[in-house]
Amino acid sequence: MSRELPTVQNGAADQGSGEAGSAGGPPDQPPAVSSGKLMLTLGLAGAIAGLVIVLVFGWADPRIQAYRAKVLREAVQEVLSGPARYETLYVTADGLSPTPPAGVDTVMAEKVFLGYDASDEPIGYAITGSEPGFQDFIFLIFGYDAGRERVLGMKVLESKETPGLGDKIFKDLEFVDGFREAAPPLVGVKPGAGTGDEHEVDMITGATISSRTVIEIINHRIEDLGPLLESGAAAEAAGAAGADDAARTVSVGRESGAGTEES
Amino acid sequence: MGELFWILISAMLINNFTLHLFLGLCPFMGVSARVETAVRMGMANIFVLVMTAICVWLLNTFVLPYAPYLRLISFIVVIASFVQITEMTIKRFSPTLFRQLGIFLPLITTNCAILGFAIFNTNRSYDFLEGLFFALGAGLGLTLALVLMASIREESELASIPALARNMGLVLIVAGSLSLAFMGFAGLFTS
Amino acid sequence: MRETTAGYDVVRGIWKENPVLVQLLGLCPALAVTNTVANSIAMGLATFFVLVGSSLLVSTFKRWIPHEVRISAYILIIATFVTIADLVLAAVVPLIHKELGAFIALIVVNCMILGRQEAFASKRSVGRSLLDAVGTGTGFMIALLMMGGFREILGNGSLLGFSIFGENFEPWIIMILPPGGFLTLGFILLAFGWWRERRAEVVRIRQWPHGVASREEAA
Repeated sequence: MSRELPTVQNGAADQGSGEAGSAGGPPDQPPAVSSGKLMLTLGLAGAIAGLVIVLVFGWADPRIQAYRAKVLREAVQEVLSGPARYETLYVTADGLSPTPPAGVDTVMAEKVFLGYDASDEPIGYAITGSEPGFQDFIFLIFGYDAGRERVLGMKVLESKETPGLGDKIFKDLEFVDGFREAAPPLVGVKPGAGTGDEHEVDMITGATISSRTVIEIINHRIEDLGPLLESGAAAEAAGAAGADDAARTVSVGRESGAGTEES
Repeated sequence: MGELFWILISAMLINNFTLHLFLGLCPFMGVSARVETAVRMGMANIFVLVMTAICVWLLNTFVLPYAPYLRLISFIVVIASFVQITEMTIKRFSPTLFRQLGIFLPLITTNCAILGFAIFNTNRSYDFLEGLFFALGAGLGLTLALVLMASIREESELASIPALARNMGLVLIVAGSLSLAFMGFAGLFTS
Repeated sequence: MRETTAGYDVVRGIWKENPVLVQLLGLCPALAVTNTVANSIAMGLATFFVLVGSSLLVSTFKRWIPHEVRISAYILIIATFVTIADLVLAAVVPLIHKELGAFIALIVVNCMILGRQEAFASKRSVGRSLLDAVGTGTGFMIALLMMGGFREILGNGSLLGFSIFGENFEPWIIMILPPGGFLTLGFILLAFGWWRERRAEVVRIRQWPHGVASREEAA
C-alpha cells in the first residue's frame, strides 16, 4: 500500500474512505491529496447532511410519536371495550405505581394500563405480552378484570405468522371474540369439542401453535402480574367478589416477553 | 439461557437471513459457485457480523440515545471501517486468502445482511449478549445458505441445462426451493 | 466512453439494462417487499427519490469530491436521502412504513444506487445524470410492479387490496411467502432467457450461409 492510513479523527469515515479510494482507484495514482483536505471535505459534507436530517427529524418526529400514542390508545380502547379514560401504571417490585421507577427509560419500562368508565369506576387492566409463536414473536395486548378474574378482550399488535393460517389469530374475528369473558387460566380446545366451560377458548384449526401461543401469553402474563393487579384493584374495585381473590398460587420463573416493543 | 438459544437458532434456521429475510443476496448470487469460496465468504461475514454486534451495542448504548436520526449514517460508517480493518488483517496474515477473496471483501460493506443485522438488532433492543448470539446465528445461517447453494451449483455444473435456464433464473429457483425447505423449521420451538 | 443520446440514457435503465431483471442489482428489496403491489409502489417511489436525489447531488458536486473518498461521500449522500425518506414515510404513511420495515433503510446498500453514482453521475453532466437516474429508477419500479402484481394476484387473489377473483379463489399462499419471491423472479428470468434464446436463434438462422433449407439443418 503506497498510502498511509489517515490518522483517526472524529470522522471514522476517513478510515474506510482512504483504503476504499485507493483500492478502487486506477493503478497509477494521481498526486495524493492532502489528508487534511479529504477530512475537511467529508467533515463539511457530514455537517450539512446532519443539519438536513435534523431539520426533517424535527418535522417528522412529533407526527411519529402522535401516531404511536394513537395506536396504543386505540388498542387499549378496544380491549377494554371503550373506557372513558385510562392511566398508565408502571410495574415495580412493590406493585403498581403511577410514577416510573428511577433510572428506567419510560419507553422500555414494563407498564399496564388501568381503564375507567364514565363514572370513574375501574373497568380493568390492559396488559401487553409477547412470546415466540410459530414464526417469530407474537405481540399482543389484552384486557383483564382482576376483580372478576375475567379476560375482557384481546388484540394482536404484531405478528409474523403464516399468512392464511397463523394470521387468523387477528383475522378470525370469532377467535378474537372467544376471549371475551373467558376466565383464566385459559384452556384451548378444538372448535366444537368444548364443554362450554368458562375457561375454554376455541382454537383455530390449522393454526394450533399460533393460537396456543396467544392463550399462553395471556395465561403467563396473568400469572406473573396477578398479585400486583389484585393489590391495585382491591383498593378500587367496586362490588368485586373479594373471596375469589384469596390464595392464588403463582408459578415462578416463567420468562415472558418484556413490555412495549418499539417497532 | 433458553432465550439466547432461541435467538441463535431462530436467526440461523427459522428466520434465516438469506432464505427468509432476503438479506445478503448479492454474495448469495455472486459467490455461491464454489463451495470453498462460499465457506470463506461465510466466515468473513461471521467475523464482520460479530464485530458489528459489539460496535452497534456500543453505539446504541452510549451515542445514539442523543441523536437517533444519525443511526443509519453511523452504522454505515462503522461497518465500512470494520470491513477495511478485516481486509487489512486478512491481507497481512494470509495473502493467499486475500487474493482468493479479491473483490468480495469490500462487497461485504454493501452486503445488506450486515446493515440489516444492525437495524434488526436495534429494533429488537437486544442487549450485549443477545446481540452476539444474534450475530452468530445470522452469520451461521448466511454461511449455511451459501454453502448449500454452492454445493448444488457445483453439482449441477455437470448436468445438461437448457439454454434458456443457463442464467440466474435457475439459481433463483433453486434458492426458492431452499427457502421452501427452510420453512420447515418454523415451529421448531413451541412454548 | 461511447457518446449516448439523452433519450437512450433514459430508456436504457428501463429495459435493456434494467437494474433488477438484467443486472440483478437491488435484489434484497425486490424480493422482500414485493408481496403486495402497494408495498412495491412505496418501495419503488422511495428508491426513485433516493436515486434521483443522490444522482443530482453527486453530479453537481463531482468536482469537489476528492477521488480517494468518493465512495464514502456517495454513501454519505445516499444515507442522508434514505434517512429523509424513512422519516417522511414514517410520518405520512405509518402503516406502509411498518410493512416495509428495515428495507427502507436498506436502500442505502442497494448496489444499484451506488453503481449509478460510480458509473454515471460522477462523470456526466447534471442533466444527463438526472435522465439516467430517472430511467434506472423507472426500470426498478417496473420490475417491482411486475413482481408485486404477480405475487399479490396469485398469492392473495387481490390487486392493491381489491379482491379480484371473489370468494372461491384459493390463493396460492406460497407466492406471498419468501420462496414465492425467489420463484417469481426466477420464472421471470427464465422467461427472459427463453425470449433471448429465440431471438438469438432467429439471428443465427439469418446469418447461416445460403442453401440451408430448414431449421433442422441449420441447428
